[in-house]
Amino acid sequence: MSLPHPLARIVASKDFRLVVLIAILIVVFGSLIGDRLFGQLGLRSMAYQLPELGLLSLAMMVAMLSGGIDLSIIATANLSALTIAGSLSLMPAGDGGSAAALWEIGSVLAGLAVALAVGVGNGLVIGYFRVSPILATLGSMTLVKGLAIGLTHGSVLSGFPPAIVFLGNGSVLGLPMPLIVFAAVAAPLSALLTMTPFGVRIAMFGSNERAVRFSGVDTRALTLRTYVLSSFVAFFAGLVMMARFDSANAAYGESYLLVTILACVLGGVDPAGGFGRVSGLVLALVVLQIISTACVVLGLSQFLTLAIWGGILIAVGALDAASAGGVFALLRSLVTDVVAPASASPPTGASKPQ
Amino acid sequence: MLKAARGFRQSQEFWLVMVTATLVVVLSILRPNFLSLQNLLDLMSSYAYTGMLVLALFVVLIAGGIDISFAAVATAAQYAALTVANSYNIGWIGVTLIAAAIGLSLGLVNGFLVYALGLASIIVTIATQSIIFGLVLTITRGQDIFSLPEWFTRGVDWTFTVSPDGTEYAINLQMIALVASLVVTWLLLNRTNIGRQVYALGGNPDAARRIGFRVFGLNLFVYGYMGLVAGLASIVLAQYTQSVSPTALVGRELDVVAAAFLGGASVLGGAGSVLGAALGIALLAIIQNGLTLLGVSSYWSGFSTGVVIVVAVVAMARDARRRWRDSPGM
Amino acid sequence: MNFLELKSVTKRFGGVLALSNVDFDLAQGEVHSLVGGNGSGKSTMIKIISGVVSPDPGSRIVIEGHAYSHLNSVQSSRLGIQVIYQDLSLFPNLTVAENIGIGFHRGGVRPVDWGAIRRAARGALEKLDVELDLDAPVSELSIASRQLVAICRAIVADAKLLIMDEPTASLTRHEVDALLALTLSLKAKGMTVLFVSHRFDEVLEIADRVTVVRDGVKLGTYEAKGMTERQLVTLMAGKSFDYETSERAIDRSRPILSVAGLSREGQYEDVRFDLYPGEILGLTGLLGAGRTELALSLFGMNTPDRGSIAIDGRPVTLTSNADAIGQGVAYVPEDRLSQSLVLNQSIGGNIILPVLDQLTGPLGLIVGSRRAELVRTWIADLAIKAPKPDDAVKTLSGGNQQRVVIAKWLATKPRILILDSPTVGVDFQGKDGIYTIVKDLAAKGLAVILISDEIPEVLYHCDRILIMRKGRLISEFAAHRSSEAELKEAVYA
Repeated sequence: MSLPHPLARIVASKDFRLVVLIAILIVVFGSLIGDRLFGQLGLRSMAYQLPELGLLSLAMMVAMLSGGIDLSIIATANLSALTIAGSLSLMPAGDGGSAAALWEIGSVLAGLAVALAVGVGNGLVIGYFRVSPILATLGSMTLVKGLAIGLTHGSVLSGFPPAIVFLGNGSVLGLPMPLIVFAAVAAPLSALLTMTPFGVRIAMFGSNERAVRFSGVDTRALTLRTYVLSSFVAFFAGLVMMARFDSANAAYGESYLLVTILACVLGGVDPAGGFGRVSGLVLALVVLQIISTACVVLGLSQFLTLAIWGGILIAVGALDAASAGGVFALLRSLVTDVVAPASASPPTGASKPQ
Repeated sequence: MLKAARGFRQSQEFWLVMVTATLVVVLSILRPNFLSLQNLLDLMSSYAYTGMLVLALFVVLIAGGIDISFAAVATAAQYAALTVANSYNIGWIGVTLIAAAIGLSLGLVNGFLVYALGLASIIVTIATQSIIFGLVLTITRGQDIFSLPEWFTRGVDWTFTVSPDGTEYAINLQMIALVASLVVTWLLLNRTNIGRQVYALGGNPDAARRIGFRVFGLNLFVYGYMGLVAGLASIVLAQYTQSVSPTALVGRELDVVAAAFLGGASVLGGAGSVLGAALGIALLAIIQNGLTLLGVSSYWSGFSTGVVIVVAVVAMARDARRRWRDSPGM
Repeated sequence: MNFLELKSVTKRFGGVLALSNVDFDLAQGEVHSLVGGNGSGKSTMIKIISGVVSPDPGSRIVIEGHAYSHLNSVQSSRLGIQVIYQDLSLFPNLTVAENIGIGFHRGGVRPVDWGAIRRAARGALEKLDVELDLDAPVSELSIASRQLVAICRAIVADAKLLIMDEPTASLTRHEVDALLALTLSLKAKGMTVLFVSHRFDEVLEIADRVTVVRDGVKLGTYEAKGMTERQLVTLMAGKSFDYETSERAIDRSRPILSVAGLSREGQYEDVRFDLYPGEILGLTGLLGAGRTELALSLFGMNTPDRGSIAIDGRPVTLTSNADAIGQGVAYVPEDRLSQSLVLNQSIGGNIILPVLDQLTGPLGLIVGSRRAELVRTWIADLAIKAPKPDDAVKTLSGGNQQRVVIAKWLATKPRILILDSPTVGVDFQGKDGIYTIVKDLAAKGLAVILISDEIPEVLYHCDRILIMRKGRLISEFAAHRSSEAELKEAVYA
């Protein structure tokens, strides 16, 4: 079944398909609205927006790679951002300086600690209590978001020190800070997932939990670490979101939850676990972002963007189904499934009494 | 008989009954008005929409699938049916038919796509949710409809008893719809052949195929039913809230999913009973209502719900954990 | 009168010829056995008969005198052909009655006729003269009872031909005997049975005729009376495998593993034995005798209640399999597909799975060259026939898959290798290769425990054999001074 030529392999790979898709989008939108979409302003806005969804999708990907799902990422990101915001608001008024800097660092670490705590909770419930990931994180999502709302009464905390605002809105050497943060998380994460024993085990675990356990791996601890990693990445998403908006709230980015799953699947992450690469996810994010920004430039509703995103996933799924079995095989199977049981086709060939 | 009783004691339903009963007792001691007829009727009305969806989603879960798109489907059905009702005098039958038709067709599309694409149903329905919701909001520009036809807002009320102090107790559209969905779903799953096929499909899809069950047809059935109920529930909700808002429903799907799982549906399909699903809704409704009666700020209701879900799923998983310890080879 | 005839049946899958011009017949009311190795074409034959796949044009299927070019599954079922697959295809969440009467669930929203379902289920159980609780969920039944449910379901569906695919694979000896008796009673009632099995003793015990297929070609149909197991093996594999017991020199001065008084409630009791470097120790007994549970305890995955384990003279406590691996114990589990291999993932990835931590360089990153070198070495050492190390394990044959498992464990440099039923589902060629590997390893000083159901396997490939029954070691044999008959006697007595 293996393909004869390395080139053929590349062409068949999911990454390659996304590159083609990006090329098509660039050509189509480039000819329509190229100067605005790919001008400085367009590129800038893409670079500032992509990291939010990007970081959240990376967090989701970690869980999906292990054959699970983490529905609590956004609630975690928000609670962690609120923790930072709350802690900052308690900063004693003073002349700034090193004490203030220390307080700021301490606040960020407190936010990180909260995120990791959620991850530990998820990991314990999934790994040690054997609750299915979708159920466990559905519960923790409700709980964590509920905690954030309960503590803040749904209000917005805003007004952060320049250092944090810079993370969301500044730039270094012309590169927007959020993009730098995204790259600084994505690149090591990619290395972690593909080149370390921990990352390799996550993917193996995603394909067959038992075989990994029989290979001497403590799969409960592995699960725990997986969900802590997912929360760790979600923490950066929270940080970037609060920095971009210069505010924090229990409900920021909620509509992204299902979109992160969509982005992962589009990026080639197997919903059943075991397969998926950061590179594919990044390409998928670029696809989604180009569409989103193009819609803005064209003056289309942001909701149309959502519809197009969903449409792309269905289209890619249809392409897969068609190339796997052939369109006709698919249609035939539908027809036989519906028709055949009702009317068993009469015997072909002559009846031959013996 | 004994055996059946033992089976029940070990079942999910038993624990749900116990927990729910305990909560009812505690609440009615702390707040006597909890068990008042009026409060119970109010509770039923306000949870009619959620309850109907939990029941329909339960059917999908038993078949081994999941549907995330029902809130978007409900939004589309609600908006279309009541927009038409505002312009033409179509009456209850017209509104119901339009909502049902839209819900059913979108559900059938889900069923077709899940089967044809061979992708996990959660992925497919997230995608269709995005498409439906995106298009609805694009077309409606996110505008609410506040003025509804007079006959619609008046609703359906049958006063069945009047208390000595003159308070009227009425059965309304919401209660009828909720009870009807409960009865219909129960009958479908337990008393019809197609319902048993749904259980069989969830229990062992390969075997269902080999036996000759039409898996494609069953997919259309469960997702179609989900869509149909979502369409009808959307009308029930609009009548209750007296308004139509395209942004109110989407984003809260996971509450419904949580209630269905709480009621004993398995992530793997094939397991759970309609009784369990009903108890799952009742439990959530009682907790949220109880907190309100106890004067707990509504800001904390999400947190309490989360605590209940986490405690429940951990408690349910205890058996699985024991199996893990005792039979490492399994 | 023949119930079924296949005439010049050919089937290609893509470029692969799965069946070539096969003629085959089943006489009305006989028990017929179909034997063949992996990829021999026997599953394709079953699928063609049951209508799951269509044969190529020109093939003919004749059933009770009517000829068909192909069947679909509904047609096949209406013609009275029922297959009981190895996985039984039952619905674990439904009751016994409903599983048996599942065929009554037709017709959409029509109400279920529970009375008819129960009557049919009771009737089928009476016909087989067995008793089962009609209201018990199938998930709570033993494998043997589940099999009865599957047979009842076939009877309710008016089976005239019952095809049983490896029905005895996971049954205890007692259950196998009951099943064979049941099969004969079905035959007495006029049922035609096609019995597919790789256990030749059963095949010869029960079948009237045996058909052997190899590489998609039918080699012949033979009267079972007068055949021997050895003739069947030779036919099936295309060459004979004659093994003999051997006496090898083993240094018994210092055991590598000493087990004393080891017990675990309900699983095994007071187990005591020594294992020496370079020795191959056979462990056999009936299914459920506690062999796998004992092996899991030695591998740290099933903590014993009492007793001691000493490795290389030092007492050890094994609380996890990581401990055991650290002590040099490796375990090839009985269920290759679910416990040993990550089938979707690459061959290389599977081999390095237990030794990932040894491949890291600076920053804890896996060093690519070290990984590649390790994978290359093991693929070469164990002669794994794999086009590329990056191919998924599921693309390999059963024998090669098992070699990947052994490679994976040898990579941990074990001192004790436990093989639990390593040749199940592996054809004769593959088995032979595994025996050779194991003997080479033992010759290099590795201590091996070989757990197997098959008496010839332990007799001809081990130095010493322990027999386990109901959790206790009941006897010990030196291979070169024993015979198959003696061992059989000890196991089944």
